[in-house]
This record gives sequence, C-alpha cells and structure tokens, in this order.
Amino acid sequence: MDLIRLNNIVKTYYLGEVDVPVLKGVSLAIGRGEMVALMGVSGSGKSTLMNILGCLDTPTSGEFWLDGQEVSKLSRDQRAGVRNRMLGFVFQSFNLLPRTSALENVMMPLNYSRNGWSDREARARAVKLLELVGLGDRMHHYSSQLSGGQQQRVAIARALVNEPSVLFADEPTGNLDSKTSEEVLRMFQKLNAEEGITILLVTHDAAVAGHAKRTIHIRDGMIANGLHEEGTAGAGEAVQADAAGKTGVKP
Amino acid sequence: MRMFYKTLRTAIHAMRRNVMRSILTTLGIIIGIAAVIAIMEIGQGSSSAIQARIASMGANTLMVFPGQAASGGISWGVGSVMSLTPLDAETIAKDCPDAAYVAPTVRGKGQVIYGNRNWVPMQTTGTTPEFMHIREWPVSEGDFFTDRDVRNSSKVCVIGQTLKRELFGDEAPVGKELRVQNVSFRVVGVLERKGANMMGMDQDDILLAPWTTVKYRLSGSGSSAAPSSSGSSSAASNAVNSLNGLYPSSSVKLYADISAIQAADTPMPVRFANVDQIIVATRSSSAIPSAMKEITQVLRERHRLKGDDPDDFQIRDMTEMTNTLTATTGMVTMLLLCVAMISLVVGGVGIMNIMLVSVTERTREIGLRMAVGARGMDILFQFLIESVLLCLVGGSLGILIGRGASMLVTKLAGWPVQASVTAIILAVSVSVVVGVVFGFYPAWKASRLDPIEALRYE
Ligand SMILES: Nc1ncnc2c1ncn2[C@@H]1O[C@H](COP(=O)(O)OP(=O)(O)OP(=O)(O)O)[C@@H](O)[C@H]1O
Ligand SMILES: [Mg+2]
Repeated sequence: MDLIRLNNIVKTYYLGEVDVPVLKGVSLAIGRGEMVALMGVSGSGKSTLMNILGCLDTPTSGEFWLDGQEVSKLSRDQRAGVRNRMLGFVFQSFNLLPRTSALENVMMPLNYSRNGWSDREARARAVKLLELVGLGDRMHHYSSQLSGGQQQRVAIARALVNEPSVLFADEPTGNLDSKTSEEVLRMFQKLNAEEGITILLVTHDAAVAGHAKRTIHIRDGMIANGLHEEGTAGAGEAVQADAAGKTGVKP
Repeated sequence: MRMFYKTLRTAIHAMRRNVMRSILTTLGIIIGIAAVIAIMEIGQGSSSAIQARIASMGANTLMVFPGQAASGGISWGVGSVMSLTPLDAETIAKDCPDAAYVAPTVRGKGQVIYGNRNWVPMQTTGTTPEFMHIREWPVSEGDFFTDRDVRNSSKVCVIGQTLKRELFGDEAPVGKELRVQNVSFRVVGVLERKGANMMGMDQDDILLAPWTTVKYRLSGSGSSAAPSSSGSSSAASNAVNSLNGLYPSSSVKLYADISAIQAADTPMPVRFANVDQIIVATRSSSAIPSAMKEITQVLRERHRLKGDDPDDFQIRDMTEMTNTLTATTGMVTMLLLCVAMISLVVGGVGIMNIMLVSVTERTREIGLRMAVGARGMDILFQFLIESVLLCLVGGSLGILIGRGASMLVTKLAGWPVQASVTAIILAVSVSVVVGVVFGFYPAWKASRLDPIEALRYE
C-alpha cells in the first residue's frame, strides 16, 4: 500500500474577488521507502503541494491519504499530532531557534511528542543524530555560530529526531554551495537507504533531482507523471489524471 | 506534569534569551508590586501606631456608670442610683479576662489652696493607682500614690500640670502641702502634660487623690451612705467647711431613704461605699466588645439581677473615636492601594504590549514549533506561562524592593512599618493574575497562527 496517495487535489487561494488556482487536480502516489524529487519552475506550486503533503495545509478539495488515513478531514490539532508522529521537515530557510544551542534545537520537537520521551532519552537521541550529521563537536554552539551547511545539518537532525516515516525537504540545498549540497544530498540518500525513510525533495535543480530515484514534474498546477512507479507502470493513470489540462510530458 | 515542566523550561529559556527585555518588561510589575508592598507595610505600621495613640487617648477604655433611676416614667438620668461599689471594681478586675486595669473613681469638688494662691481645678478625682495605667498617664515628677494610700485614706495627692502652674509657679510641688476644703494634702507627684481632650477640656487641670480620701475626707463628694469609720471625720470636716451652706451635698437627700421593707427585699450586704464610676482598660481596643459582655455578666451577678431585670449600670465605650480614626487611616491606605493597583494594571498593559511584540517577533519560531507538532494549546500555554513567569519574577523583585523601600522609610523618616504577610500573598497572587489576564490575549493570538503563514513571515 502507498504511504502517500493524493487524489485530484485542488488548492485555490481566494484573494478577495480573484481566485488563484494553484493546484488544479493533482493525483500522485508515493510508496514507503521511496526517495522522490518534486520539480517545477518557480511559482508552479511545489511548496503549496509540499505543505499539503506535510499536513501543514488543507486542500480546497480532493482526497489525501497518509498511511491509510484521510488527512484532509482531520482537525488542526490532529494534524499537529500527525506531524509530530510521522513527519519531518527541512525548510528552505533553516528556521533554527535563535540563541539556542544546536542540541536544544534538535530536542525541541520532542517537547511536543506524546510518546513520553524522558529528558535523558531525548538528549541521547539528539546527541546521536548530531553525531550522525557530523556535528558531534558543535552541539553546544548557538545557531548563529554555525555555518550555513552546519545549520542545514542541524535542521536535518531536528527533522529526524522524532523518528519520522516521511521527510520533507523544501529546497534543502538552495542556500548551500555545491560541495555542501552534495554532502547533504548524500546524507539523504544514506538515510533513505539505511533507515528506510521516505524522502520528498522539492527542488528546481535537475542536478539535485538526480539524486532521487524518481522525479515528479509539476507544471501549471498539474502533475505530469505522479502515478509513475518504477518506470512506466502507472503511465495510463497519469495521463487520465492530467486529461483535464494540457499534458506536459517531460523527457 | 511532564508537559508542564517542559513548557516551563521552554518559557524560562525564552526569557533567558532576552534578559534585558524581560527585565524592562517586568519593570511595570516590579514598580507596582513594590508600591503595593511598601504602601501596605507603611499603612499597616502607621495604622497600628495610630491605634496605639488612640489607645493612649482612652479608646480602649470602658466607663461603667451607675444605672438610672426612674419613678413614674420620669427618668433621673445616669447616676441617680448608687449601684456601683469598689468591690464591683475589684470583681471586674478579678473575673474579666479582657479587663487589663480597673479603677473606681469618685468625683470631688473644691477650691485648692497653697500659700496665698488658690485655684478650683476642673476635676478633683478620687481613684486608685490603676488610673495611671488606664489613662496611660505617667507622672513626670515624684510618684503616683499607692494602694496603701488608698487603704489608709492617706491625705496625699497627684496634681496635673495646669494646677501645678497655677499654684506653684516655678516651685517644685512634690512634698508640699496644699489644702482642699481645709483638708491638707501632701503632693506626692505631678502628672505629665496631657493637653486638652477631644472636647477641648483641659485635662491637666486635675487633682488626683485616693478615692477613699476624696470620699470620706472631702465633703464635696456626694456620699450618702458612708457608714465607715471615717464618716465621723468627714462630718468633722463638714462642720469646719464654710462653703457647706452654698454647696449642700451629703446633707441633702434627693431620694427617700430605703425603708425597712425595701431593705429586706434586697438581701444585699450593706455596701460600705458607692463610687461614681468605674473605668476599665481592655487589653486591646478589639477586646472592647467581649470585655463589655464580661463586665455586664459579672455586675449582673454581683448585683443579683434576675432574668429580665434591667441593668442597674451602664457601660460606655469610645467606639466612635476609635472607628473614626481607624477608618481614616484605613481610607488613606485604601487610596494609596488604589494608586498602586492602577500602576499594576499599567504594568500589566506593558506586559501585554511586549508579549504581543514578542509573539510577532517570534512568529517564525511559532510556525516552526507548530510544524513539528505543537498544538494550539501548547503554544498558548507556552506564552501564558512565559507572561506569568515574567510577572512572578517581577513580583518577587517588587516584594524585595518594596520591603527595602519601607525599611528605608523607617530608617530615614522614622515612620512605623509593619511587615505584612497578607501584602506578600496579595502581591504574588496579583502578579499571577496580571500575568494570566494580560498574557492571555497575546498567547491566544500566537496559538491561532497558521503554521504556513507563520513560517513564511518575514
Ligand atoms: N497564501 C497565498 N495566497 C495567494 N497565493 C498564494 C499563496 N501562497 C502561494 N500562492 C501562489 O501560489 C503559487 C505557487 O506558490 P508556491 O510557493 O507553491 O510556488 P513554488 O513552486 O514553491 O515556487 P518556488 O520554486 O519559487 O518556491 C504562486 O503563484 C503564489 O503566488
Ligand atoms: Mg517554494
């Protein structure tokens, strides 16, 4: 069974009189343990889609199953619970807490966990993750005392601390030089391969998307190949889903 | 519980991230609470100082008068029945725990002569040494007369400052002899200056002597039934006193003598004397009501009054005086407290203001916390606890500063100050309430933020 399944998701922003349709019927499926890149030009709705997938936002219409659960029906607080239990986020801007040590930044999500992490367990896990991302010697540095790449790695450690099933990364390498980008992407690949975490990478950079096993293209609020799984298995469905709009097929 | 602890830790952490601003934020609360504490302490201090003052003016004294006689619907007024005896006074002293000091008094009257000067004091009073404690009126020269003087009806007296001035001028009066109605008294002491009383009467124009002496040796003091041995000497002095004709006293009987049948009806031991008034000092001004009850009970028993017999005595207190004065200080304290409360509200508005700024400033942080799973409630509590914590810290600092201020006031201005637990409890609870009330809106606003918009906030 797919971990994530979107069925004809529509997201429209209403700005006064004007309707801004951003997603015009997106259907896609992502299986457990996949590493997927979401590509598209600027303004095509990548972040909007990721926010819906990350249970931060609700679609205007359509269905969204996450691990067999219909998310768009959940309340605010229930979605917060889902985020805390299952999802990890790495944001384009790192969003670390200012004047707070790397360690505490990483531990922060566990404050809201219902799993009853004790202080000691939380700390041990945070230390382990910081070591995993290669920051074992920077744990007590404030975020302002870390380089951009180090901050991004703290953000990754934070996203992993609650043992999520899915990791969302919105342009995780947007602010990094190519060498550091490479390191971060390697880490994602390693996490995907070794821990079996499902990863969704949002990017507009083909080189970055190349690190993923599969790439989904979004254009004009439509998904070109959302239901592709392992090659061309779901190509027919994808075409059906796109039938409403122009079919922009990418090579 | 663990949730609470974690939220508390987050709040403390957030405060420590911005120490300077936290302190500035709480400044309003610090000042408000300090003002409340200082005002309460100074207010309570001066209030109890005033109470002590009032007590020295006689606010904690009770006066027991003989009851009034009424015949055929015509009342003769207080004192028309001679129902109080010195033994009543002794029994009150013995049996009423709330009565600290008890003294009988007997009024006298007469011209006082020393050498070639003479003066008629406003009051000539016979009493016991307890009087000095009841009126809180010590002697400045010599001594008060003693219980022994009272027992022996010694011809000694204590005089007030006015009398001293009028009779002795610059001379030292102690040890001198003066004459009242041709009875010679030796001055044993001079009372301290007391000034006028509330009615403007000069209280220093006074002569005090043992009540037995006034009763039996001075004729001016209406003693109708004085079957004591000194009766004869009283009669002797009456004979000599040339003013007797002008001021008839014991010689005139206003009321019919008690007939033999009446006497048989009241199986009471013959009273050896009556007194005009008994004055009682209670242990504190708050003990007045209970003391009045006790005295009534004791006297009714002693006077063998049955069930619904009316009292044959009257007790009066100085409630009016006490109430007026304590109400005045109470009012001033209330007024100052109102001002302090207003400053607390202003402080609270300051907290709200800064918390709103803080929520806006930390919008991204809130968005992030929500993105990783904080629910609205978590955010609400975080900010609420933060503002309560700010207020509590401010409150504690305020308590310290307020205490310091009131101590300083005692040191510099010598005002009386009383540490007050009530004030501290009040201050702490007020700061918690201010924190909750003024922190709620910003916290609620934070908890309603949309995570995406919050994360996108610049
Ligand atoms: N809150 C909003 N109100 C109105 N329109 C919005 C809102 N958020 C996004 N949009 C619109 O939706 C469209 C898609 O935005 P989105 O952020 O998803 O783009 P994106 O694909 O992530 O682009 P980029 O690569 O630049 O990040 C944009 O045209 C934007 O103007
Ligand atoms: Mg985007």
